[in-house]
Amino acid sequence: MDTLLSIRGLTKAYPGVVANDDVSFDIGKGEIHALLGENGAGKSTLVKMIFGLVKPDAGEMVLDGAAYAPGKPSDARRSGVAMVFQHFSLFEALDVAENVALGMENPPKPRDLARQIREVSETYGLPLDPTRTVGTLSAGERQRVEIIRCLLQNPRLLIMDEPTSVLTPQEVDILFQTLNKLRAEGTSILYISHKLEEIRALCDEATILRLGKNVGTCTPREVTARQMAELMVGSSFNTPEARAGEKGAVLLRTDKLSLPAPGAFGTPLREVSLEVRAGEVLGIGGVAGNGQDELLMALSGERLAPAGTIFFKGQDVSRLGPVGRRDAGLLSGPEERLGHAAAPNMSLTENAVLTGARREGLVQGGFIDWGKSKAFAEKVIERFDVRTPGPGTAARALSGGNLQKFVVGREILQNPEVFVVNQPTWGVDAAAAAAIRQALLDLAAKGAAIVVISQDLDELMEISDRFAALNEGRLSPARAVAELDIEKIGLMMGGAHDMEVAHVDG
Amino acid sequence: MIRLEKRPQPSRLWTVVTPLIAVVLTMVVGGIMFALLGKPPLEAIRTIFWDPLFHPQFAGYSRPQLLVKAGPLILIAIGLSIGFKAGIWNIGAEGQYIMGAVTGAAVGLAFYPSESVLLFPLMVVAGALGGWAWAMIPAVLKTRFGTNEILVSLMLVYVAENILASASASWLRSPEGMGFPGSRNFKQWPAVHNDELIANTGLHWGVVAALIAVIAAYVLMARHIQGYNIRLTGEAPRAARFSGVSPARIVFLCLGISGALAGAAGLFEVTGPAGQITIDFNSGYGFTAIIVAFLGRLNPVGILLAGLLMALTYIGGELAQLMLGLPGASIQLFQGMLLFFLLATDVFTNYRIRFAKGELA
Repeated sequence: MDTLLSIRGLTKAYPGVVANDDVSFDIGKGEIHALLGENGAGKSTLVKMIFGLVKPDAGEMVLDGAAYAPGKPSDARRSGVAMVFQHFSLFEALDVAENVALGMENPPKPRDLARQIREVSETYGLPLDPTRTVGTLSAGERQRVEIIRCLLQNPRLLIMDEPTSVLTPQEVDILFQTLNKLRAEGTSILYISHKLEEIRALCDEATILRLGKNVGTCTPREVTARQMAELMVGSSFNTPEARAGEKGAVLLRTDKLSLPAPGAFGTPLREVSLEVRAGEVLGIGGVAGNGQDELLMALSGERLAPAGTIFFKGQDVSRLGPVGRRDAGLLSGPEERLGHAAAPNMSLTENAVLTGARREGLVQGGFIDWGKSKAFAEKVIERFDVRTPGPGTAARALSGGNLQKFVVGREILQNPEVFVVNQPTWGVDAAAAAAIRQALLDLAAKGAAIVVISQDLDELMEISDRFAALNEGRLSPARAVAELDIEKIGLMMGGAHDMEVAHVDG
Repeated sequence: MIRLEKRPQPSRLWTVVTPLIAVVLTMVVGGIMFALLGKPPLEAIRTIFWDPLFHPQFAGYSRPQLLVKAGPLILIAIGLSIGFKAGIWNIGAEGQYIMGAVTGAAVGLAFYPSESVLLFPLMVVAGALGGWAWAMIPAVLKTRFGTNEILVSLMLVYVAENILASASASWLRSPEGMGFPGSRNFKQWPAVHNDELIANTGLHWGVVAALIAVIAAYVLMARHIQGYNIRLTGEAPRAARFSGVSPARIVFLCLGISGALAGAAGLFEVTGPAGQITIDFNSGYGFTAIIVAFLGRLNPVGILLAGLLMALTYIGGELAQLMLGLPGASIQLFQGMLLFFLLATDVFTNYRIRFAKGELA
């Protein structure tokens, strides 16, 4: 098969993290090529470089025999590269044809365009009425608008970023038929996903990224989903030794906790049951967007749960807000540092009051003791080695890692009995991450129960006693980490749920 | 190419300097406008900013007006600024001001002609409650049904104006007014007349209340946990929820405070400088206070200064119309420029300008 796009040694580093490290692979003509990897593996950065949104630091691309270095997306489009983004950029108040015209360099006359849209939609089996207002379309139909916008430019390479994440199963079938038809016509497709079964069904070749590196290429049809999961998760994974010691009493328990999705892009929680004992670390893994944020908000008290679903030391705390739960000893740390765990424009002293107000006695008779608050902030800064000019610095002026140390340290220093934390070391450099993990282990050693939600499997294996995975808002039963092997984790994570369903149906 | 670069922290210096730059730019551009209108620019500026306080002939009359006008502006703006800090946009202070005046006046007139010393404090409380109740309408609608408080509070201004009209024409009309619209004149009822506390200063109880409000707001926002919660809600709503702040409570608190202060301002006005409930009792203080709140950077001390400055341009503007024949619209334009330049220069608090060669990021 002829090669359409050859990627050679692409490298892109951001401060503190190498997003892509010497990535090379080829996409053949008329091939559906899967790009596979966990969140943060560098998939988005790579496609952004191909689409001209990001300039590589090193490496080169060759498109159909000619050097290819797009400076901006319009260069890429002119070279025949089109992209359908995960989140649509459409104007709800305009109709389909107007939206398509807005994305084109030289849109034809409205009537011609409407005719072209009808033609393309019929040819590729993507039913769509060009006169309908986008606001009335479903997510799948909106995606068709984006796809048709790309197809009208007759692309040689179509990049699709997690296209099925917003589709119903029926819509997925339609999309796959369209993609197969495009392949038959010789269009190449770069298909980004972490749904393994989907890739096995659709793609000819797969490149797997892990921590910015190309860790392997395979032919999805010839390998199992488990083998791909292993590549994705990494064979460097070592099963940790069983942790010694009896655990104490159950401190936090949820009983079939269900909550509707908070918004259009949220995930509902579906009968989540877990329990954590004193001195134990429960690791919760799973691909992003499967209910991690929602679980944290339900446990922190930001969203109240139905009565009788969350128990702290045997007491029903489901209807208590964050203040009540904090008073009891249940503390939490959200994933989003700026805007959720901390207020960006407020100083570290002010941010210390955010959760420390009552447990640290920073407020007396309704009035804030700023001296004491500053002392608490300084204590966090000192104990967790937060690099900052001082507690008067605005939170947004800190680097991600330093702010993370601050917000995690702020909770740990309040001696929680139960600490729930989402992505404690996300975007944090290795040294800081190690320090945060050690602090979590120390806290557990002192008898606290800890729930760590993370997408970093290595991290979870390193610090957890037991492991469970979230998938579409459902939590798998927790298993002792010592009993786990790579195959079981692969099953519990991403592909597991899909495979189980397929099994039952079959 | 000129580029705006976000500062790591808001600049303290620029926070203080931008209002001054805005005033200077207003003077310059306003002067050009006056010159284009064929009026001497320097004299016009002087008439607006200097003469109300120091003109040998007019100052005696206009100086007390400074506090009379600044008092309600500051009192209302303090209340609004608290809500604005939380991102709650009460645009209907004018309506709350009217409802405070009507409610307070109605309570007082119910006891006419009592000479009790308790009556005036009772009326102040009634006025504050009237404004509070009017502000509770957008608060309830926002928290229960998710309506936009900007629209609801604004539309309620027009409802309040109609209630004011009906009050002055019928149910609060003075029985001794020979059938003319308008309530009894509080200036002729010493027990409740909100007179100048010191002659020829313009200092009445409303001005005292405004000063107390400045101090109270400062303490609330700088030291009290509720003030902290209000700021946190405005800065980062999700962080506020994480902290345990109930968004609905903040809505009620902020709209309640701003409504009560606007209502009290209305009561002080109707029993003092205005004297009676009339159809055209309200004169736009509730709207101008929005400008004052922003001109003062939502800071209590800033609002105190901004209220005085705004009052000065009002009095000076009237003086300029009188003495130089400047059109009234040009004075309004002049005041509008002040807000415009303030918002424009405000960018430099959070951003700095970089002159750089055009390069794609």
